[in-house]
Amino acid sequence: MKAFTEHRGLVGPMDRANVDTDMIIPKQFLKSIKRSGFGPNLFDELRYLDEGLPGKDCSNRPINHDFPLNHARYKGASVLLARKNFGCGSSREHAPWALEDYGFNVVIAPSYADIFYNNCFKNGLLPVILTEAQVDTLFDELDLQEGYQLSVDLRAQTVSTDSGHVFSFTLDGFRKECLLNGLDEIGLTLKEAAAIKRYEANRAAQHPWVFGVIK
Amino acid sequence: MTDKTLYDKLWDMHLVKENVDGSSLLYIDRHVLHEVTSPQAFEGLRLAGRLPWRLDTNIATPDHNISTDKVERDAGVAGMVDEVSRIQVQTLDDNCDLYGIKEFKINEMGQGIVHVMGPELGVTMPGMTVVCGDSHTATHGALACLAHGIGTSEVEHVLATQCLVTKKMKNMRVTVNGTLGAGVTPKDVVLAIIGKIGTAGGNEHAIEFAGSVFRGMSIEGRMTVCNMAIEAGARVGMVAVDDKTIDYCRGRQFVPQDKMFDQAVVYWETLVSDVNSVFDIEVDLAAESIAPQVTWGTSPEMVGAVTSFVPTLDQQPNEEKRKGLERALEYMGLQGGQAIESIAVDRVFIGSCTNSRIEDMRAAATIAKGRQVAATVKQVLVVPGSQMVKAQAEAEGLDKIFIDAGMDWREPGCSMCLAMNADKLGAGEHCASTSNRNFEGRQGSGGRTHLMSPAMAAAAAIAGHITDVRTFSGAN
Repeated sequence: MKAFTEHRGLVGPMDRANVDTDMIIPKQFLKSIKRSGFGPNLFDELRYLDEGLPGKDCSNRPINHDFPLNHARYKGASVLLARKNFGCGSSREHAPWALEDYGFNVVIAPSYADIFYNNCFKNGLLPVILTEAQVDTLFDELDLQEGYQLSVDLRAQTVSTDSGHVFSFTLDGFRKECLLNGLDEIGLTLKEAAAIKRYEANRAAQHPWVFGVIK
Repeated sequence: MTDKTLYDKLWDMHLVKENVDGSSLLYIDRHVLHEVTSPQAFEGLRLAGRLPWRLDTNIATPDHNISTDKVERDAGVAGMVDEVSRIQVQTLDDNCDLYGIKEFKINEMGQGIVHVMGPELGVTMPGMTVVCGDSHTATHGALACLAHGIGTSEVEHVLATQCLVTKKMKNMRVTVNGTLGAGVTPKDVVLAIIGKIGTAGGNEHAIEFAGSVFRGMSIEGRMTVCNMAIEAGARVGMVAVDDKTIDYCRGRQFVPQDKMFDQAVVYWETLVSDVNSVFDIEVDLAAESIAPQVTWGTSPEMVGAVTSFVPTLDQQPNEEKRKGLERALEYMGLQGGQAIESIAVDRVFIGSCTNSRIEDMRAAATIAKGRQVAATVKQVLVVPGSQMVKAQAEAEGLDKIFIDAGMDWREPGCSMCLAMNADKLGAGEHCASTSNRNFEGRQGSGGRTHLMSPAMAAAAAIAGHITDVRTFSGAN
């Protein structure tokens, strides 16, 4: 897994609540059997004026100039500032893949849907939770300042603005550790193979119908 | 000993190891795979040189991409017109063949939407942990399973280790007591719940649905309710075991028989929340307050009674809600204050993992029988959830009823719920749909979805606009 320690980068806005994963990456792009290449179709229906199709060259497509991330000032954004319940809906990991492939390293929002939040950590994408008031402050600063950047430090668990705000965020210790060190979670779990086998032996004695029936 | 909730019991039963930091290793009994969220997981296994931990826990079937058109379907995977979809389905077949994972292939009896197939074959049984790379996995919670969706990295993790690294959720109980009115179905109950608690109301919680309404509901009805727990933000939805659960399981293909069945039942009967167990959040609804529901907006929480009106901007409590409503009305092409029954529909979709089981087919057929689809409606798709549902419906003559009414009777799959195949809405078209999500573009770019029950969708097909099914003779 890709490691994440700290990041400083340009901020881009997604100023609406309940952004769902269908919006982040529409279903027609889920037909791919790869993990990469979703970036050009991130927020496809909002970004372009025509219908996006797999394999279509996005460089010639008509751009929706009303969509903020298309504005020149947000070009190269690597921190996405978003609203509550970001990533709701489907479990598609294509959503964090698309965000990451586009160039985002961090998402900041007041809350996330559970599955999306979990999926981010598997892909070196840090989903930061700040309070609604803190997110409001960042949106206000972003609005006023072109080239607005934020610094995110995972070890210290802080988001810092150049204006002097330092906002702390919390996250689960295991997730932090895995992300900081880019750990292979499957490898870690396989170190517990003996415990898993022990569990299976006990469980099979107790609930034999769970085992061996699907063939 | 402290009283435990159903979720607590399921969690404890599957806990392999709890770490000091609160993360836990949870054992997974059943892993259901489909073509969309598995290819990258198999690829990951291959790149790391790993093999599946166990084979007899995994079961696969293609459902999201496949055509529901009989001619294309009869041509099998090789005959799939969309090249990109064909490769994805072929990749699932290849991966299952390579690793020896049991798969019900595209036209095999047993194939179906993952969440229809699992319970109907008895692959999922009470007390199991069930995961799938699909957010509607909570459906299996209707059998008192701990079931939830996972991402593709976790699909790989479960394939390789049979475990998930996870954290315990909080407990939430939604209680609905009383008697449902005529024409009010499980879909209406769950939409009303989402309307009450909101699309993030269940975030970080496992929901248990309790009360006389769920006790009185069939297992298929409970599946419809648990299926949409995610639309209230909860990954997990569950209903405790009762006699209906046990009767449902008896005799299914992968369910044990005779003595082992009796042994299983002894365990299954413990799968209820203890009387004094404590929930972090309790929500109550009165059954009598629930009318047939219809969504008018672009989030499942944008829902109301069929007899109500689209909300107006000045009714909104804050700026965020006002902005959300404004955007939704613009996308949906609706006016605040407009009667929901005045919304004309262009297409109708009866199907999806929410509402494509035999009881759903029967409910829709009851309304369609002897009636005709309105001339203004371009298409009515009736898509059974599985090969078994299709066979059963045809044995009952339901297919004839739909066809006689002017509807299309299709082959099983996810179809227009997410429109990954050719079944989709055109821009601006309104659809009466029995699926689970009314997000922008969900059923086709620019499409406008109105979620409702199968009977309500059939009624909309006949009337040509959204209408109250209770005014139709034959509605129960």
